[in-house]
Amino acid sequence: MKFYKVRDMDFLMDDNFPRPLVALAGNPNTGKSTIFNALTGLKQHTGNWPGKTVSLARGTFYHRNVKFCVVDLPGTYSLLANSLEEQVARNFILFNRPDVMLVITDATCLERNLNLALQIMEITDRIIVCVNLIDEAAKKGIYVDGDVLSKELGVPVVATAARRGIGLFELKEMIFKVYSGKVKPSPRKVNYGEELEKAIGELVPRLENTFSGRINPRWAALSIISGDYSIEDLEELVKIRDESREESAYGYSFFSQLPGNRGLK
Amino acid sequence: MDIHFFHSSRETGDSNDISHESTDVKDLIVEKIYEKAESITRKAVRYDRFREDLDKKIDLLLTSRVTGILFMLLLLGVIFWLTLIGANYPSQLLAKVLFGIQGFLESFLMSIGAPEWVNGFLVTGMYRTLAWVVSVMLPPMAIFFPLFTFLEDLGYLPRVAFNLDYFFKRAGAHGKQALTMSMGFGCNAAGVVSCRIINSPRERMIAILTNNFVPCNGRFPTLILLASLFIGGLAPNLGWLLASLTVSGLVVFGILITLLVSKLLSSTLLKGLPSSFILELPPYRPPHIGSIIIRSIYERTLFVLGRAVAVAAPAGGIIWLLAHIKFENQSLLAQAAAFLDPLGRLMGLDGYILMAFIAGLPANEIVLPILLMGYLAQGTMISPDDFTSLKELLVNHGWTTLTAINTMLFSLLHFPCATTLWTIRSETGGARWAVCAAALTTAVALLVCFITASLYRLVMWVIF
Amino acid sequence: MEKHVITLDRLPIGKTGRVAAILHKGLSRRRFLDLGFVPGTLITTYFTSFTGDPTAYRIRGTTIALRKEDSSKILVITE
Repeated sequence: MKFYKVRDMDFLMDDNFPRPLVALAGNPNTGKSTIFNALTGLKQHTGNWPGKTVSLARGTFYHRNVKFCVVDLPGTYSLLANSLEEQVARNFILFNRPDVMLVITDATCLERNLNLALQIMEITDRIIVCVNLIDEAAKKGIYVDGDVLSKELGVPVVATAARRGIGLFELKEMIFKVYSGKVKPSPRKVNYGEELEKAIGELVPRLENTFSGRINPRWAALSIISGDYSIEDLEELVKIRDESREESAYGYSFFSQLPGNRGLK
Repeated sequence: MDIHFFHSSRETGDSNDISHESTDVKDLIVEKIYEKAESITRKAVRYDRFREDLDKKIDLLLTSRVTGILFMLLLLGVIFWLTLIGANYPSQLLAKVLFGIQGFLESFLMSIGAPEWVNGFLVTGMYRTLAWVVSVMLPPMAIFFPLFTFLEDLGYLPRVAFNLDYFFKRAGAHGKQALTMSMGFGCNAAGVVSCRIINSPRERMIAILTNNFVPCNGRFPTLILLASLFIGGLAPNLGWLLASLTVSGLVVFGILITLLVSKLLSSTLLKGLPSSFILELPPYRPPHIGSIIIRSIYERTLFVLGRAVAVAAPAGGIIWLLAHIKFENQSLLAQAAAFLDPLGRLMGLDGYILMAFIAGLPANEIVLPILLMGYLAQGTMISPDDFTSLKELLVNHGWTTLTAINTMLFSLLHFPCATTLWTIRSETGGARWAVCAAALTTAVALLVCFITASLYRLVMWVIF
Repeated sequence: MEKHVITLDRLPIGKTGRVAAILHKGLSRRRFLDLGFVPGTLITTYFTSFTGDPTAYRIRGTTIALRKEDSSKILVITE
């Protein structure tokens, strides 16, 4: 179990994350930490025994002579920012723009795990879906067809049984390929139905103008339509983000000032 | 994070919710996402001889009326029993080695011509306290933490929350409080931080304020040692059994107090409607032994031990000084103890015991060594493996079974250690809740000890 | 067969129904949705705790425990 505080989130503003940056997201209990540990080995700051300030676990690994920085985001069921963990995860993906976004899913209950994967696909394209615990699933008579899944999602899929070390090399290979552009994921986004898609379609060009690519316009449109943020909120968000980038100091103010931050109590 | 603790309308969702207005759109979005997830899953996942019977069977066994509660209590007993038995020999060995080194240190200091007070301060004060803490704490932690991490990885802990939720509901608290309490067994500061898993501010605060009623690893050695000396000593052949039963009984008592105080808080200071309780029961997974050992030893055992050691050495030095700086022919330590004595006696304790608890504020681990240093006017400490002389020393200072029981109860219930208080402060965004936690727990400790002391005296008076 | 709409807490152990509506509001509603409690989802009553409450349900390949207070605000259709 790992836990985060608002003021710990200043690490999010740390623009000095070494690149290429790989972020791990996933539901709780999907073996995300096992994957993280398997990737980074002992080269990590662990999210130590809580009790003092905890930061996101960070680590590195080398593959094909590239040093990848890996960040383990908190385990969440969703990215709709209903809780602090979800906000941390969402804001990290939104603002730090990982070079490769690794979504860890549990083969034994893929359906619910895809909820998160599909949400993340709204924010970033550079996604790899990792279907973990295939050994556990096989024991229960559940088999996931990676090719079909990959075709349906439009993003690369790697099957792993991280605890047994199965699929880890393939995972690193895929991370490298997505990073280097050899594989270009093109997520097949959720269709929200005629009415909503029309509204999104109208908003996107305007948002593209306003934010000139600093926020994913489709995600911004969705969050405006669903009432999470107003356009002013988002402008404020980007402004504070830009300012704190310039200051390159602590981002505390950024998070305490988050406008319209409705999920957070 | 200044939380509005009394504003829980969002949690219960009954009024003025901001997201209310657009509920339909949000519902639609989530529905569409799940629709897609479902259709993808239908195409990509094949169910062959689908079975999850085993998990269900285990769950039925672990959560049913008779076996569920029995298993839980049995597990608690077995864990303490294993910890007690297993830690015994390594503790003795460590004590022998560490206390053996003392001789070398002393002769070394003498050979370089250090004055006697330097020797006393460094060796008798700092080193001995340090040696005590390490030899008493390290072995039980090195057994307890892996066992605990094993249960955590296995997926058993959410079942405990599931089993106990009804009682927490009755107490106006959240079932996940059971999880934060399990974390508290390791370290209360960690337990307090883990309260973040409870989303409702009101229920989270209840969990934070009561976390200290589960004994952490810093207090277990005190409980274990006193239980083996005074309760285990009552029946020489069944000593270990009696001692582990006593420790388990204390833990259960701590849980009862937690529920009682939670109820009290939720009907007074922290009134409010219960929030929704959604607990996932993840599938059981065979834990990975290697990762358990690495995580429990590196991240937990050594972290907690390191903190205790960092506090123990300076505290030992300071206490030694206090025991040797004399004012009007009496050491400062003795004067403080004399001042606290009447209050201590009232509760079946004494002044030295109370003083040791106060001086042990930085870390609970050092309470017993400080107490012993107080009793031994010359400030030399007994090795913790020397049971006979330990007990003799305590009995010579007027200890009875009541004193032992009440010291254990006070240790279980009293104010949180400084680290925990600090953590409460930072978790709740204000010192007032830390103060509240300290006052609440101390009041409970004083009250319970006073009651047991009075009862004991009454019984003694009736019998004799 | 006849269809009935009942609250989830009345769904007997071992029986399966389909989620018809979530009567929760606000944050609770969002949490249930996130876990896949959307209309049409199959849900099975799995087992109850030894105190009779909470109860564990099987939904979308996962086991979720709910208190009576919460499950009574979820409507399911049974056949």
